[in-house]
Amino acid sequence: MSKHSPVDIALFAPSILGPAALEAVRKLDPRSLARNPVIFTTAVAATLATVLAIRDGLSGGPTVWVGCQIAAWLWVTVLFANFAEAVAEGRGKARADSFRATRRTARAKVLILPGNRELWEGKDLDRLEPGELILIEAGDTVPTDGEVIEGIASVDESAITGESAPVIRESGGDRSSVTGGTRLVSDWLVVKVTAKPGETFLDRMIALVEGAKRQKTPNEIALDILLAGLTLVFLLVVVTLPFFAAWSGTTIPTVYLVALFVTLIPTTIGGLLSAIGIAGMDRLMKTNAVAKSGRAVEAAGDIDVLLLDKTGTITFGNRMADEFVPSPGFDERDLAEAAWLSSLADDTPEGKSIVELAARRHEFRRDQAPSAASFVPFTAHTRMSGADLADGTVIRKGAVDAVTALTGRAPDPALDAAVRRIASSGGTPIAVARNGTVLGVVHLKDVVKPGIRARFGELRRMGIRTVMITGDNPLTAAAIAAEAGVDDFLAEATPEKKLALIRSEQAEGRLVAMCGDGSNDAPALAQADVGVAMNSGTAAAKEAGNLIDLDNDPTKLIEIVMVGKQLLISRGALTTFSIANDVAKYFAILPALFVAAYPGLAMLDVMRLGSPQSAILSAIVFNALVIVALIPIALKGVHYRPASAAALLSRNLLIYGLGGLVAPFVGIKLIDMLVGLLHLA
Amino acid sequence: MPSTFASSALVPPGLAADLIQIVLCLALLVAIAAPLGVYMAKVFSGELTFFARAERALLAPAGVRPKAEQHWSTYAFSLLAFNAAGFVVLYLVLRAQNLLPLNPRGFAGLPPHLAFDTAVSFVTNTNWQSYGGETTLSNFSQMVGLTTQNFVSAASGMAVAAAVARGLASRQVRSIGNFWTDLVRAILYVLLPLSIVVALALVWLGVPQTLDASATATTLEGAKQTIALGPVASQVAIKQLGTNGGGFFNVNSAHPFENPTAISNLIEWLAILVIPVAFCFTYGRMVGDRRQGRALFVAMGLMLVASIGAIYAAEHAGNPLLAGLVDPAAGNMEGKEVRFGVVGSALWAAATTAASNGSVNAMHDSLTPLGGLVAMLQIQLGEVVFGGVGVGLTGMLLFVVLTVFLAGLMVGRTPEYLGKKIEAREVKLAALTLLIMPIGVLGFAALAIATGHAQTAVQDAGPHGLSELLYAYSSATGNNGSAFAGFGAATPWHDTWLGLAMLLGRFGYIVPILAIAGSLAAKKTTPASAGTFPTHGALFVGLLIATILIVGALTFFPVLALGPIAEQVSILAGHTF
Repeated sequence: MSKHSPVDIALFAPSILGPAALEAVRKLDPRSLARNPVIFTTAVAATLATVLAIRDGLSGGPTVWVGCQIAAWLWVTVLFANFAEAVAEGRGKARADSFRATRRTARAKVLILPGNRELWEGKDLDRLEPGELILIEAGDTVPTDGEVIEGIASVDESAITGESAPVIRESGGDRSSVTGGTRLVSDWLVVKVTAKPGETFLDRMIALVEGAKRQKTPNEIALDILLAGLTLVFLLVVVTLPFFAAWSGTTIPTVYLVALFVTLIPTTIGGLLSAIGIAGMDRLMKTNAVAKSGRAVEAAGDIDVLLLDKTGTITFGNRMADEFVPSPGFDERDLAEAAWLSSLADDTPEGKSIVELAARRHEFRRDQAPSAASFVPFTAHTRMSGADLADGTVIRKGAVDAVTALTGRAPDPALDAAVRRIASSGGTPIAVARNGTVLGVVHLKDVVKPGIRARFGELRRMGIRTVMITGDNPLTAAAIAAEAGVDDFLAEATPEKKLALIRSEQAEGRLVAMCGDGSNDAPALAQADVGVAMNSGTAAAKEAGNLIDLDNDPTKLIEIVMVGKQLLISRGALTTFSIANDVAKYFAILPALFVAAYPGLAMLDVMRLGSPQSAILSAIVFNALVIVALIPIALKGVHYRPASAAALLSRNLLIYGLGGLVAPFVGIKLIDMLVGLLHLA
Repeated sequence: MPSTFASSALVPPGLAADLIQIVLCLALLVAIAAPLGVYMAKVFSGELTFFARAERALLAPAGVRPKAEQHWSTYAFSLLAFNAAGFVVLYLVLRAQNLLPLNPRGFAGLPPHLAFDTAVSFVTNTNWQSYGGETTLSNFSQMVGLTTQNFVSAASGMAVAAAVARGLASRQVRSIGNFWTDLVRAILYVLLPLSIVVALALVWLGVPQTLDASATATTLEGAKQTIALGPVASQVAIKQLGTNGGGFFNVNSAHPFENPTAISNLIEWLAILVIPVAFCFTYGRMVGDRRQGRALFVAMGLMLVASIGAIYAAEHAGNPLLAGLVDPAAGNMEGKEVRFGVVGSALWAAATTAASNGSVNAMHDSLTPLGGLVAMLQIQLGEVVFGGVGVGLTGMLLFVVLTVFLAGLMVGRTPEYLGKKIEAREVKLAALTLLIMPIGVLGFAALAIATGHAQTAVQDAGPHGLSELLYAYSSATGNNGSAFAGFGAATPWHDTWLGLAMLLGRFGYIVPILAIAGSLAAKKTTPASAGTFPTHGALFVGLLIATILIVGALTFFPVLALGPIAEQVSILAGHTF
């Protein structure tokens, strides 16, 4: 089995940059600009500056040269913002194209009479209604999402999941859903259509990653409102300024006021906001998970409680041999050898793990094994398996009571104590007997995945509680929970118990994330704030969850939370940076505007810029360039390492807050020197 | 001449004493405010019941059940209706004071624009005075009209703060308390008792409390002088405690009958700040996390200390053009009372503009440009450096909401404050309030310039005149009420627009913050964890101050550059206006 990890598209792949540059121009369409209030306002300001430049050009006004440059840079600012969005969308499109390629089937075979597979008619996909029955045969591409009604077939889902091994799909049970875009490798299926045309899983995935029909997320909307509010404040500042200037006996050219306005409004974050959102979805896709809405990714950042299934997430799926406990008077190596011999032909995971442990601890190698041994398989009746060796040695291993019964003697008290110790720690004791003598027991236990404990510690430092969900009894569950380092556990879990747990956590104001695959997980998945459904799961589960994991890996939940947090941090960091920038811009432009009225105000020009014109031009150029400079951060997301909120805050504040204060002082000064060098102003 | 210890010290003479005075004043303030805050929290939580009978007696005739909870919109409506009624009554009293009793000097009724401006001014807790108190208003107008509003406008502001704290503390509740109960409790438990104590202390220090019209004195030159008298002590007590600021006399707290000694000056200074400061502690208690209140206290306190320091430094340095003409050790004494000196005046100027009080003990018009700038800036921030009683705290909470929203994302969660998610609705309301100061100050002042009304009202040309204009509109919008003087506001134009600015600056903040409180009260509270954005540490305090300065102060940087900063640099260049 090989998994494809989705291709990492280079940040500035030429295949994306070219079309994005074109798209940036196309986005000058006012209807497209109107989606972003700050950039729309910038475009209006640019239009005004252009009109002024033309007027001054015709009338020979004094500011015509600088005015033209300002107008040009204002348009460049708008284009850069469009470009940022276009690049993010371009990356999404590239990913979407690989999905779209799978939609080769244009028609479906619709059954005319239910139950008669011979009689069908071809129908266009866009006319296919939910509830219709369609036939899919070997070699066909599944035309749309549906539920298997009849038949069993192997399906290649690599187009969606990247998993190359075909999976079985059959009617009834938890493997009854098929996804549009996958391909039948063998046999046939009769499938009931569950999705409306254009709303299949694949369609939604494509729409999401392309960002075309992207809905703004709640936090994005709120941020938009604030940015619009700040824009209005600065509008007031700039519109009233001519009156105060007139009072002071000076006039300020309108084009300079326009320049001041655009540098003050939060163009940086305004221009990058949607790119950050699209890139967040893209990063999620890279982990091979799909969100049904941007809202889910945002919610992932807010999660307080993670419900994690024990099996597969916290422990490896199977019990594994962990130690050999010999009976009094026997050697551990003796016991290990007997256990090893009895398991050599045992294909169960438990058997394999015994062979492995024996090899690791006592270096038994397969080539040392006696050749003529016959394997005795496990039966429900004997509850034992074993091997009969050529030399007449009989070895049996199995349930402790079954093996002890074999010996016809009461168990040794010391061994009995070991058995009880293993059981109470959540493990399973397996007794091993040679020729009717119990040599000892093998301790089989749920093995906690390496590194998971550290992971949970990390989550705890981030303020996220982990709760282990398991069907085990409380004793076993407690032992594993302690070993894995989860904060809490839910033992003997049933879907109802899971749902009740989610509700009680939510009642206390916490946001809960969980993952699941079965139909009985659906209510809990729907109730959870972030519900990750396994792609291999049932249609009901996939419908109920708001994210789908294509790898079917329950550990993915943790990565999804990280992606959500990184998205929010990127948005916050760039907002902070953008607003902190204003300080330097005031100090660049205000002295330039007022120095004619009050020469003494030149002392506010802390950057010692070349000339008033150069100061204004440099500020506007910096303002435009900083958008481009920050595109990589917007697309990649700011560097994020799990840590407590306080630690994250001080780190990001230092970089983006302080950086945002200082960077424009340096940047504007450098641009001013360049402007002077090139005699631009 | 043998060098004395004092003159050989590194510290200039007088500075050490001044610093000690500042530190002692601040220490005394906190020592009184902290326990008062705890007391007020108990008052507004209904834990104290010793005036319960009076409470019921006052509320019953109005048909109010003290424990009937109100939705935020009902709460806001009650407040608006109550203040509207107060406005109508006060307007009529002022218009008809010639027909009403207690008018020993026979003053005429006020003209419509002045009555409007004055009524708005006292209802909005601004107490901007376009008139000279002792030469315009009868004792009836002062006592029944103005003093009533001094109490109830302050109590309205305190009610708002109580309701907001309650809203933030509650979980999934639709109500934020009862306006009438909060109003009555603020007066009965806090304002009245404190006023009585302060008034008695002032009477003891020589402030008049009489219904006599005036005293006649013979001056040193033998001329006869008539000095107005009246029920001064009682009005001064509540004007300071309720951050009202409207003086009995035109020159306000610089008048020897309002503020005779250094002790009375200290008492009045403490009275200006004590309730706004106490509200930080009240807030911390009411939301169940005292660290939250302490963080706000520290943020406000740091800004106040910076303001005191800046004004003191500016005034102490004095006017460089007068170097050599006056004793440099005295600093800038123009417009100051010698019994208060530079430090007493600086402390007062900082406190009165921080706390939205507006009473003055020195003429702000005569502050040095930079001293005036700091005073003006504190108002322009929206009166959040302790601010007006109650509304200062809630104004600061609006900045907290903005800070949390802007920077809160940086910890990787959608922004939350006290476990409440800050979402589009709260941001919309908070962003709306960001517009108020720019509209009232920049918009209205620009309008006055455009229409030519500003030019005729100011006494000085150039940057100083601009400062006078800006100060007037800042003071009105910020509900401060102090005047820079040199600005003739008593014209129909300015009375009207200043009145509108006051209304905007009062209710434009109160209604949105109540709406936010109502919206947050209805939300779930997420328990704090290591992943929660911390809103109580030093980092947050710094962040909050930075937000206030960048989002609030920078808005006014351009006009401040053309006003006080231009004046300062011109003075340095040897140029006056």
